[in-house]
Formats: sequence, structure tokens, C-alpha cells
Amino acid sequence: MRPFTYERAKDAVSAARAATKPGAKFLAGGTNLLDLMKIEVETPTHLIDVQDLKLDRIEKTKDGGLRIGAFVTNTALAADERVRRDYGVLSRAIVAGASGQLRNKATTAGNLLQRTRCPYFYDTNMACNKRKPGSGCGAIGGYSRQLAIVGTSSDCIATNPSDMNVAMRVLDAVVETVNPEGRTRAIPIADFHRLPGNTPHIETALQPGELITAVTLPRPVGGTHIYEKVRDRASYAFALVSVAAIVQKDGSGRIAVGGVAHKPWRVEAAEAAMPQGAKAVTARLFADARPTKDNEYKVPLVERTLAAAISQARTA
Amino acid sequence: MKFTEPASTNPIDRMTVVGRPHDRIDGPRKTTGTAPYAYERHAEAPNAAYGWIIGAAIAKGRIRSMNLDDARGAPGVLGIVTAAEAGKLAKGNFNTAKLLGGPEIDHYHQAVAIVVAESFEQARAAAGLVRIDYDRAKGQYDLDEALKGAPLAGGEEGKPGKEDRTGSFESAFDAAPVKLDAEYTTPDHSHAMMEPFASLAIWEGDQLTVWTSNQMIAWGRGDLAKTLGMPKEKVRLISPYVGGGFGGKLFLRADAVMAALGAKAVGRPVKVAMQRPLMANNATHRPATTQRIRIGATKDGAIQAIAHESGSGDQPGGGPETAVNQTKLLYAGPNRLTAMRLAVLNLPEGNAMRAPGEAPGMMALEIAMDEMAEKLGMDPVAFRVKNDTQVDPEKPERRFSQRQLVRCLEEGAQRFGWSQRSAKPAQVRDGRWLVGMGVAAAFRNHMNMKSGARVTLNKDGRVVVETDMTDIGTGSYTIIAQTAAEMMGVPMDAVDVRLGDSDYPVSAGSGGQFGAANATAGVYAACVKLREAVAQRLGFNSADLNFADGRVTGGNRSVALRDAVTSGPLTAEDRIEFGTLDKSYQLSTFGAHFVEVGVDAYTGVTRLRRMLAVCAAGRILNPKAARSQMIGAMTMGVGSALMEELAVDKRFGFFVNHDLAGYEVPVHADIPHQEVIFLEEADDKANPMKAKGVGELGLCGVGAAVANAVYNATGVRIRDYPLTLEKHLDRLPAIA
Repeated sequence: MRPFTYERAKDAVSAARAATKPGAKFLAGGTNLLDLMKIEVETPTHLIDVQDLKLDRIEKTKDGGLRIGAFVTNTALAADERVRRDYGVLSRAIVAGASGQLRNKATTAGNLLQRTRCPYFYDTNMACNKRKPGSGCGAIGGYSRQLAIVGTSSDCIATNPSDMNVAMRVLDAVVETVNPEGRTRAIPIADFHRLPGNTPHIETALQPGELITAVTLPRPVGGTHIYEKVRDRASYAFALVSVAAIVQKDGSGRIAVGGVAHKPWRVEAAEAAMPQGAKAVTARLFADARPTKDNEYKVPLVERTLAAAISQARTA
Repeated sequence: MKFTEPASTNPIDRMTVVGRPHDRIDGPRKTTGTAPYAYERHAEAPNAAYGWIIGAAIAKGRIRSMNLDDARGAPGVLGIVTAAEAGKLAKGNFNTAKLLGGPEIDHYHQAVAIVVAESFEQARAAAGLVRIDYDRAKGQYDLDEALKGAPLAGGEEGKPGKEDRTGSFESAFDAAPVKLDAEYTTPDHSHAMMEPFASLAIWEGDQLTVWTSNQMIAWGRGDLAKTLGMPKEKVRLISPYVGGGFGGKLFLRADAVMAALGAKAVGRPVKVAMQRPLMANNATHRPATTQRIRIGATKDGAIQAIAHESGSGDQPGGGPETAVNQTKLLYAGPNRLTAMRLAVLNLPEGNAMRAPGEAPGMMALEIAMDEMAEKLGMDPVAFRVKNDTQVDPEKPERRFSQRQLVRCLEEGAQRFGWSQRSAKPAQVRDGRWLVGMGVAAAFRNHMNMKSGARVTLNKDGRVVVETDMTDIGTGSYTIIAQTAAEMMGVPMDAVDVRLGDSDYPVSAGSGGQFGAANATAGVYAACVKLREAVAQRLGFNSADLNFADGRVTGGNRSVALRDAVTSGPLTAEDRIEFGTLDKSYQLSTFGAHFVEVGVDAYTGVTRLRRMLAVCAAGRILNPKAARSQMIGAMTMGVGSALMEELAVDKRFGFFVNHDLAGYEVPVHADIPHQEVIFLEEADDKANPMKAKGVGELGLCGVGAAVANAVYNATGVRIRDYPLTLEKHLDRLPAIA
């Protein structure tokens, strides 16, 4: 871990302003950043602790949705009565991730910014374009069982590891931010996470200093909410694949898939095929997939997991 | 005491303390955090500096240059030791690869430097400033490739070994009406113990004391002295608490060497805990195997021919994973062949992990038995029972000292509800789960090891036991106290047990499931001597004395035990040694594992539903501690069946998933229900305790029982561990 300076921000705009300093990073729950700093995958020179900003409330929005403060913990978000009732997929996705201890510390904004768990990203002896732009990708041609199959590039095949993000994507969440000049903006979740392209180190649409203040959910869409997470062990493991689904009585619905891409993978055009079943949807989801030998199983696995979700919705 | 004849009746047979489920006497200290581990010896070295180990960034090659300038100038840094600074180091007798690399590098994350600083954080930060340039050399990291043309293992002085043959395997196999010829693979496994390697080194002049975490004190002491080129009398190793080892801490490792070198360099005590991300590649591991098994039987299921060949790899000069061991002994059959091939690999050093040999060997053999039973149309329990043998099949004049495999299988079948199993696979459905049951035999040899102890009766009537035996979370403290309490006729709480110090008599140590039986037998031997000294002090002529309730009774005379020490304490030291009973008899432990799994019909994920082990393993010294050993081992078996695999990057030659997020072991949610039953047994050919081991038996066969249950659930056979979903997803029954 490199030496760093530390400050506790008093308000969002001054936090954002402080973060324009080169090498600065926000510190929220710290469950990801601090681990990465210890192994020098992250080497910030300045941390801006945002815990005093008290952006930790969940409130109703005017149009019947919910505004989730950026630093609402994962535990609090998953346990919120309104979330459990109206956005069940989000609650289920969150409790499928990490451990109770981590969810107590991890925040909504932090989870959105959770970095990949690609083992080559974690090992500083290996090339990684995300960790060190231009150094190459150790994972391509290496051990890639858990890595991405779609939306990949010749520079990166990492996945976004979050469960929460998959549910946020299927719910059409919107990320609210404030920048160092105090200007706010709302970024649809679809545009928030990026594909790797030739800049895999740039993972989101956030600009330098821009601070997430809240995530809003549109008014509830009803339907049966399902989060299916597939992993080798029963708990405390990242998804091989996961499927967040909202299925309506008529068989229509939406789905987003985790564990397959650099961002939660949702193809709205594929959802039109929902009534035809999992095979048709999966074919459209992964029309451009380029899996490796290690992870080609993810295509049929998503199809079967989606079939499980559809079947579950039918009997719900 | 030399154990040369089967044990006759002795005070242990009373079983008033031994054989009872006493709570662990170290339990309160462990659960309240007051049992200090090696890294927490604050009282012994309040001024300890902190070491951080740097691991090699390449698997094979040479360090071209090292730039230590920035690191040396970093805040708090006291010193840096590399191979260049360390001077000539020898290699320990038990090490294959050297523990401090440079300039030649033997494997990935081999230690190449220790950075010592005032604080842990400073050492870590400075380590990040060390710049090392390497010349990468070509290495062999692909086991399948390396095994092509690899020699038979076991030969002496570099010559190839040979196959072990009994009868004529090939002709009998050819002639057999029912046969199986199948190949199985097991991956590299990591010990993944909770406490990493950790040591605190303190120099006083030329005397070195190392608080460490090690299973085998005498081995570690000898190899540390040898590595540093000093007499072993000048080295003291102390390891009273060990947070798990599983064979990873059988040997001297880099933490102890680097702490000693660091402490010498900076003139202060230095402590080192190996960073978790280094553990998988710096440490030893259980090597991957490729195994071929052929079995030929008559139509009614009598095995006529059995062959087991295994290939594994290791660093140059290393050894094979002895995965064919159990096949020499487990089942009858007149025509037999076993052989091992050993390839040279430049992956990290392969070595012992819990039940080396049998653990991966049984994973293969017991699937083969299941496949064979199906070919024969026999129940897998009945097939195993039919091929039971009470003698060593290679040397029929040798009987097993005790062998209750058939009872384990039959009792287990009855208790588990085995009769409910569908012989035809893929028949049982519970919601989205395909449900199946599997069985496997459990088998692990028992090993005799010399083991010593010193026992003192103090004036206050307390009994103190000292031995360099270790408690690696197994319950050694408790069973040793039980042994001394039984022998001396005092309550458990009148016994103090001191372990894990090289100043104490050399014991068996902890490994190979030999610790419990041999270490307590050594305490027994010392107690026999102490009883004699007590008898003499008290003026008893008869040797036929009863020590009970704090009194010594002979004939019609009864005296308080404490009367023997009014004039001063009595100390006795002895060790157990062995004659040739283990040559005349085969000493082994047996069991049967039964497993029920569910396989998700959609995703192919397997989840354990319940498991049962029935064991016959000699006298059980403490059923509670033994059960804990069993369920821990069974859990490890589930891990090896379903998830554990060190993933090899064959380009760069390292284990990629080198942390506990990447190398998954079971969590509570994976292990919903376990049951363990021990059959009554006392093995008088083993030792005076009439005990053997269970700590590894509990693992042997579990993986195959899981694999057989998965097959029973799905009808799809997987022969490559771990049984992750992608290995059968495309062959699973169609989703209804």
C-alpha cells in the first residue's frame, strides 16, 4: 500500500471538488478499494471519505419511484420494505452477493463502482490494461473460466462482478451525480457502465471528480421478480452467470444478465422474444458473443438459467 | 518402551477418561482469543519488527537485477535481505525447492526478498518499491505434456522405478467377462488453511528462537538449522498453537527462514506472516494426477484383475503423488498392477496434503468401483462387500490387524436408507433438483511413528506433560491430558499439557493421521515409567497397582498419589518405539461414506443434501474431537469433489486463483447435514492405546461418493474433478 492523504468531506460539492486532484479517490464503504490498495492494484494518493455526507436515506420520488442515497448500505437497501415489495429483484440480487459483514459496510454507490475480480487484474505481476493501460491483457489466452463472453475486446475480457448492478439494470435505474461545479446530472444505468473497448481502465461514464449522490428507481413495474445466481459454492462467491428477470403474467418481461460482460448485459431487443422462451432470448442476447474455450459454457448456462427463471415465474 | 507384541490389558482399557467426549481443553483460549499464535507473541518480543516477503514474478528463470534503493530509503525500513545478502544457504532435507530464490528462480512466488520495517504497513509499502528485472526461461507447466515419456517413479538415484505386479494382470484382464478401463483426473489442491505461515524470530547471540506455526517441530528445527548452517542445538522452535496445516506446515517454509534472516540482518526480533496471495504458489500443494484404472471381474462380481496407474508432476528432485497406494490393499483379486509416473514440472513444489496418495487415489478408484458395479448390475455396496479381503492381497500371509470395512458399509447402508436409492440413475426428482445417492469406501493406512514425552508429578499433585507434539486444531492437548489422567488416576483438570516446543521430547508430530495414536502412546510410555517411580517412592513391591481417584492401591494398601512427591517432584521420560508388528500385520483404517446430492436440472450445479460416514479406526480416544476431525475432513472432501482446483496458467506457469476468493472451499451453506458413526474397535496390534487415526480417513473416498451420487442423480458420469457444472451441462436430461 502506498502512502496517501485523507480527508473527510463535509458536503457533496466540496467532495467532488477535492476529487479533481490527480490521484484522488472517494472512499465509501471501503470493501473493495482498501483491499485493492493493499495489493497496490489501486494506488490513490488522496482519499476523500464521504461518510459524513449522510446520503443514506431511501425516499419516495414524485413519480412514484424511489431515490436511494448513494451511501445507503447494501444491507439497508436489501432490507427496505418498499424495495422488498416493489423491487424484489434488487433485494434478492443484493443478498445473493458477498457476506453479511461486507453488505453492512458496502454502499450503493460503491457497489456500482465495484471493480472486476479478474485474477489477472489482481496479480500485479501480470499484464492488465485495466490496471496499467497499454500493458496488455494476461487473461486473454489464460485462465478465463469466469470471464466475459460478450462485449469483449482484444484489450480486455473482464466482467463486472456486481449482483446489485444486474438488478439495477433490469429496473432501469438512474444514477444521479454532482460535479465539482455543483452541476447535477442523471445517467441512465444503461449508459453508466461501459464496454472495455480499447480503454478498459475507463469503466463508467463518470467524469473526473463527479460524485454519485443517489440512484433512483422508476415507479414499480409489477411482475414476478427473480434473481438466479449460479455459482460453484452456495454462498460467498461471484456469479458464474446470473439472471435478473421481471416476468409479467402475459409472459413478456425484461432480463439482464450478470457474469458475462464488462457491464450488466441487457439487450432490449432480445426481450421481445421472451414469450418464445429462453432459447430465443439467449440467441439474441449472445448473437455477438465471443467466448473462450474456458467459458463457452456460459451461453447454454444462461439459456438454462433463464428457463429456470421463466418457469419459476409461471408457477409464482 | 518398545512395542513388539500385541497390547495386553492396560490402564487405558478402563476408559474412565480416555474414550470420553471431553471438550477441548484449549477451547476457551481459542474462542476467547487468548491463545496467542506465532504472529501474536507480543510478550516474547514487544519490539518485534515486521517482515514482508516478496515473491518471484516469474515461474522459471533468473533475476537479472534488483534495485533496492527506493525501498531501503522508504520510511521505517530497517533492512532488506535477498539471496545476495543471505549468503550461502543449504536446502532442508524435506524441501524440494529452496525457500529463498535468487538469482535462479524455481517457481512462481518463490521468496526472493524480505523487507523489514518498524511497522507492517511500512514493510508492505517499501516492498512495493523494490524493482526486480527477470530473464524468463522456458518451463514445463502442462502435466499432460510432461507425462508423455515420463519415467516410472520410485527408482533410486535417478533411475526409473518399476511397476508393482502380483500374478498376471494383462492376461487376467483380457479374460475377464466384465471389465472397465477408464481415466480420471484430479487437479492441484491448495491447503488453504486459515492461519497462513507465520513466524517470529528472535536471536540471542548465536541462539535462535523461532515462534512459528508448524506441524513437525523436530523436522522444522533440523531443517532450519541445516538451511542456516548452524547446529540444531542452537535452534529452538516453538509452536504451541497452529491454525490449521493440512500438511502445508509439515515442513520448514519460507516464513521461518526469512524471519530468521531478517532478524539477524536488523538485529531485532522480526515477525512474518506470509501474505495470503502468496500462499498458493509459495507453499506446497497437492499435485494434480491423471489416473488410469482397469478392473476385470467375473460375472458374479469377483475381481480377477485390477490395475491402477497414476501420473503426477513435481519440481526436479521431487516425488510423485502416491495415488495408487490404496489399490494395493483395498480389494481382493489375484492379478494386480500398480505404477506411478513422475514428470518434471516447473510449477510450485508438490507435496503432502491431507491424506497424500489416498485422497486423490480414492477419488478415482471409488468412481471406478461404482462404474464396475453398474456394469455388473450389482449394488455398489454389495460389489465392495464381495471383494473384501482380510489379508494383504499382494502378501496373503499378512492379515489386516482389524478390518471392519464390510460392517461400515452395511451399517452405513442401513442407517442412510440406501435401499431407497434407485439403481437406475436419473430417476428421482425433487422440484428442480435431480437427486442421487452415492457410496464410497474410506481407507487410509495407519503409520507407526516413534514418539516421546516427559511427565512430571509435582508436589501439588498436578501432572505436567511435555512433548513437542503439536495441536493443529485436532485436539492433541485434550487427548494427551486424557491419556495422562487415565494413566495416573487423576482428574483431567489436574493435568497440564505443554506442546510444540523443541526443548521437549521429540514426538510423532501431526501428519498422516499418525499424530493422535502415536503421541498418546508416547505419553503412555512416559506415564508407565512415572508409575514405576511413584510405586518405588511409595514402597510398593507389586507391579500390579491401581492408580485411581488420586490414590495408588496395591493389594490391601492404598496411598494418596501426592504422598509420592512430598519429598519432591518425580519426572519420567520415555518414548514409544515399534517392533515389526506392522510388518506382520497390515495396519489400516476403514470407513464408508454415503452422500446424497441434488443437481439443479437447469444449471447443473450440485449441492450436497446430507452425508454419513461410518468408521472403524481403532479405539476412538475422544469421540467429540474425532467427530470434529471427521466432519472437517468430509467437508474438505466435498470441496475437492465440487469446487477446489488450483487453476494453472500454462503460459506463465502459476496457479492463477491464488487467494480465498479465487480458490473456493466450502462454506456453511454447502454443508447442510453430516453424521458420523464410529464402530467399536480396539486395535491391539497398533499400539498400547489400541488407537489409530481418523483425521484423514474422513477425507478418503468422500469425493468419489459425491461423484457417484451426482451420477446417480443425472446419469452423466464425470471423471474429472472438480465436478463443476460445465462438465455435464450439455449432457444433462432435457428440461421438462
